[in-house]
Amino acid sequence: MQFNTPAGQNLFDDAKVVGKPTTRIDGPLKVTGTAPYAYERHDVAEGQLVGYPVLATIAKGRITSMDTDTAKAMPGVLDVITAPEVGEMPSPSDMNVAPLFGGKEIAQYHQAIAVVVAETFEQARAAAAKVQTEYEVDEIGSLDLQAAWEDVMDDRSDATRVGDFEAAFESAPVTIDKTYTTPSHSHAMMEPPASIAQWDDGKLTVWTSNQMIEWAQAALAKTFELDAEDVRVDSPYIGGGFGVKLFVRSDAILAAQAARRVGQAVKVAMPRPMVMNNTAHRASTIQRIRIGATRDGQITAIAHEAISHAMEGGSGENAIGQTRQFYAGDNRLIKMHLATMALPEENAMRAPGEAAGLMALEIAMDEMAEELGMDPVAFRVMNDTQVDPEDPDKPFSERNFVECLERGADAFGWADRNTAPGATRDGDWLIGHGLAGAYRGGPAMASGARIRLTPQGQVIVETAMTDIGTGSYTILAQTAAEVLGVTAEDVEVRLGDSSYPDSAGSGGQWGAASSTAGVYAAAVAMRQAIADHLGKDVEDLSFEDASVRTTDKQIPLAGLSDTEIVAEDSIEFGDFRSEQVVSTFGAHFVEVGVNAYTGETRLRRMLAVCDAGRILNPITARSQVIGGMVMGVGAALMEDAAIDTARGFFPAHDLAGYEVPVHADIPAQEVIFLDTLDPASTPLKAKGVGELGLCGVAAAVANAVYNATGVRVRDYPVTLDRFIDRLPSA
Amino acid sequence: MRSFSYERAVDPAQAAARAAEIPDAKFIGGGTNLLDLMKLEIETPIHLIDVRDIGLTEITETEEGGLRIGAQVTNTDLSADSRVRRDYPVLTRAIAAGASGQIRNKATTAGNLLQRTRCPYFYDPAQPCNKRAPGSGCGALTEGAFSRQLGVIGTSETCIATHPSDMAVAMRALDAVVETVTPNGMTRRIAIEDLHVLPGQTPEQETALMPGELITHVVLPAPVGGQQAYHKVRDRSSYAFALVSVALIQQADGTGAVALGGVAPKPWRRAEADAELPNGSRAVMARLLEGASPTEENAFKLTLAERTLAAMLKEG
Repeated sequence: MQFNTPAGQNLFDDAKVVGKPTTRIDGPLKVTGTAPYAYERHDVAEGQLVGYPVLATIAKGRITSMDTDTAKAMPGVLDVITAPEVGEMPSPSDMNVAPLFGGKEIAQYHQAIAVVVAETFEQARAAAAKVQTEYEVDEIGSLDLQAAWEDVMDDRSDATRVGDFEAAFESAPVTIDKTYTTPSHSHAMMEPPASIAQWDDGKLTVWTSNQMIEWAQAALAKTFELDAEDVRVDSPYIGGGFGVKLFVRSDAILAAQAARRVGQAVKVAMPRPMVMNNTAHRASTIQRIRIGATRDGQITAIAHEAISHAMEGGSGENAIGQTRQFYAGDNRLIKMHLATMALPEENAMRAPGEAAGLMALEIAMDEMAEELGMDPVAFRVMNDTQVDPEDPDKPFSERNFVECLERGADAFGWADRNTAPGATRDGDWLIGHGLAGAYRGGPAMASGARIRLTPQGQVIVETAMTDIGTGSYTILAQTAAEVLGVTAEDVEVRLGDSSYPDSAGSGGQWGAASSTAGVYAAAVAMRQAIADHLGKDVEDLSFEDASVRTTDKQIPLAGLSDTEIVAEDSIEFGDFRSEQVVSTFGAHFVEVGVNAYTGETRLRRMLAVCDAGRILNPITARSQVIGGMVMGVGAALMEDAAIDTARGFFPAHDLAGYEVPVHADIPAQEVIFLDTLDPASTPLKAKGVGELGLCGVAAAVANAVYNATGVRVRDYPVTLDRFIDRLPSA
Repeated sequence: MRSFSYERAVDPAQAAARAAEIPDAKFIGGGTNLLDLMKLEIETPIHLIDVRDIGLTEITETEEGGLRIGAQVTNTDLSADSRVRRDYPVLTRAIAAGASGQIRNKATTAGNLLQRTRCPYFYDPAQPCNKRAPGSGCGALTEGAFSRQLGVIGTSETCIATHPSDMAVAMRALDAVVETVTPNGMTRRIAIEDLHVLPGQTPEQETALMPGELITHVVLPAPVGGQQAYHKVRDRSSYAFALVSVALIQQADGTGAVALGGVAPKPWRRAEADAELPNGSRAVMARLLEGASPTEENAFKLTLAERTLAAMLKEG
């Protein structure tokens, strides 16, 4: 199905299932511990052996020797496969930056250099500790991002420019010029990367935890020099990915290498202490923002310049992207710098770019509002734009940011907030309120599905789409149910298998919008297939109550055919979509308490208002948004993958050392979805919310801390050590 | 994890004798710290002596009116004991501030005292650490290292690790006494202030216990009364080690005791600092943290300790 023009009135505008609160289909499996995650898939292959990784302990250099004799002689050990003996392997994809396995060169701390295969986990782990490796160590060079920034900050070659920023800023009556920093973040997903691999007659099957099945299949085919059809990837349940599982990781490569060598299935999970350095992270940034405005608050000049570190060939954290389109302003300057550094691979993490960029931009907007003496809501409303500020002929397809701000202000009681920084107190706690705008693109990707109608009348949906905890199973069941006139309970959804039709996968908050459109396409094809089976014109049929109605009779789907009816199609998005800006918008409001003595910050309440087109399922969408808000609290107050700049690694090695919020950190969370539709997005007029929920949250918290204390912190996380010296005496 | 043998001890004296007999043997109680370290091969005992079932799980009253806590009483049971809650609230609060409910259910009194540091360089076997591998250097003291969580006082040029316990900080404020049995069957009493030793040139040596010596009890003196509080400051509300923690016992006349966690290789208290309590937090910390040598990343702990005590003393 081609989606070449905006959706008109269609069946989703009169939906019975889509858009209704529907509890998660896979909920019972999750809460009873019976959802089959990759490492526990004991039934998929006989005689599974265990592989335990051996990782490099230098940041840069090469292996000069490896001694595996002791390890190989350990009880239960079948083999030890080392990177030097395997030799360099093709890179899995253009999007993997660090080598995952193979050869002598070491590009990052904890790069996989061997896998020990044994009968049990304990045997493999014990033997792995006996592998002795010698290195030639290279100088890692400077890991000082501040120094790198000072070197390049005046270089504006290739900057994205509109108008004359310098002149406009110079002549603006009110200006700010501030610099912000964000640290590296670890994905810190609950389920570490894990894979089981098996070879059969030259064909590879990998049961794994991966967000993008088609990419994983292609990556494994490339790495092992196979045809894609000779690789099967299966990933029905994923215990959190946040972007680190967009691409295959070393667990899959090690498992496949080991399985091929020993001729038996091998499973590998990345041990928690190795996840931080072996996989990927969000890179730290330094961001300078300048804003100039008229005295009444109209932005006339805006510049966002930033730097982030990147591994050789990496792309860093693109912190400036949202500033190109979020706010109005005739004169603009945008520039992103990369500093190549010998740190582990940086790569996409939930809302890549916007998450870090809005942490800075949305403080800057508050600082500017204060400079102007304006309410932060009013200042943002005044600078809303309905067209792309870089290309005023290009409209937003649907943008209700102002409504997000105003609805939120009303629901939160913004008018009654603390207005004088440091002036509201509750016992030992200084109370503050803050808000931030949220912006994230609304992309869509081609996505396919196959639908089977069984003789018993059951509808089965098969697509290589993934569910990373987001609710894909449920919204796809709802979509198929809507089109075919059955209930969501009548639909079985099968995901994550490369033998199913290619799908959009889960990333960039495109998954829900794209995959529901793909299932819609397949369901429309199923309607046609049923019509063909009945020898009718599909226009004369209606689908309701688990039946097909023709002009003169009602035929139950059960018993409609003696054999299975199968239909398949995919949605493909035409160019018209890129002739406008399709994005999602939101506003976050928070109340914090800051201990007047110690500077400890604790959230007291949170509100998000989201504008993301049709909400396919308010329960799972809310779950996405509140999860994002939790992640935003982490980014605001604690998450910091601190770098050891002497040795080029992240010393935090587990979820005690890398802190993310616990239940006790999260107060009441409220989410309001605006009742909007975006016909330019998909036939369902839907967009994603999974990343929108994170965007801006940290800045709202930082703004609230300022409001509580009167102390402005421009470096994340906003931990007490950053401002305790400036905190007024209690 | 390396292979090891395992036995269940019969009684405390036998356990101590066995531990002295077998080089590289270790006692195991709850195992909440030891097993994690064994998996990483930071601890590599060849033999474990299980001391959970040797009659050390009771809390009894002493003739002096205090409490004698069996070494294998769990953290949960100790913090919930009605006598502890009534007479030693600083101890209940400190224990409840530590770890998680699941860990406290398993962790024991002696094990809590003997837990190892959470310094990230201690935890990564590939990194230098004088505590884990004597003579290899201190990863945390290298220029560019990560030291925000680490110690500011009582440390040395070989090691700036902190002792991570909350419980021990309250016990230090309460002047608890540790009772042990030695491998030759003798019993010994060690003031809690003398149990942990400073790193100096030998950070691998963390306590005054001799090889094989087993902690059997912790004795609390008769209730000291006063207002008792424990304030643990951390970046999140639960399940995090202290940036700074303060145990405070304050009598009606303003005198009392102050002990700190999160700042030193042992629960940190000084008599001369206690004596300044009537003069307020600044006076106390001037003495208690005199001679501190923080890193650039953790110097905030000095200010934080003073402000935390000020909060507890309700200084305006």
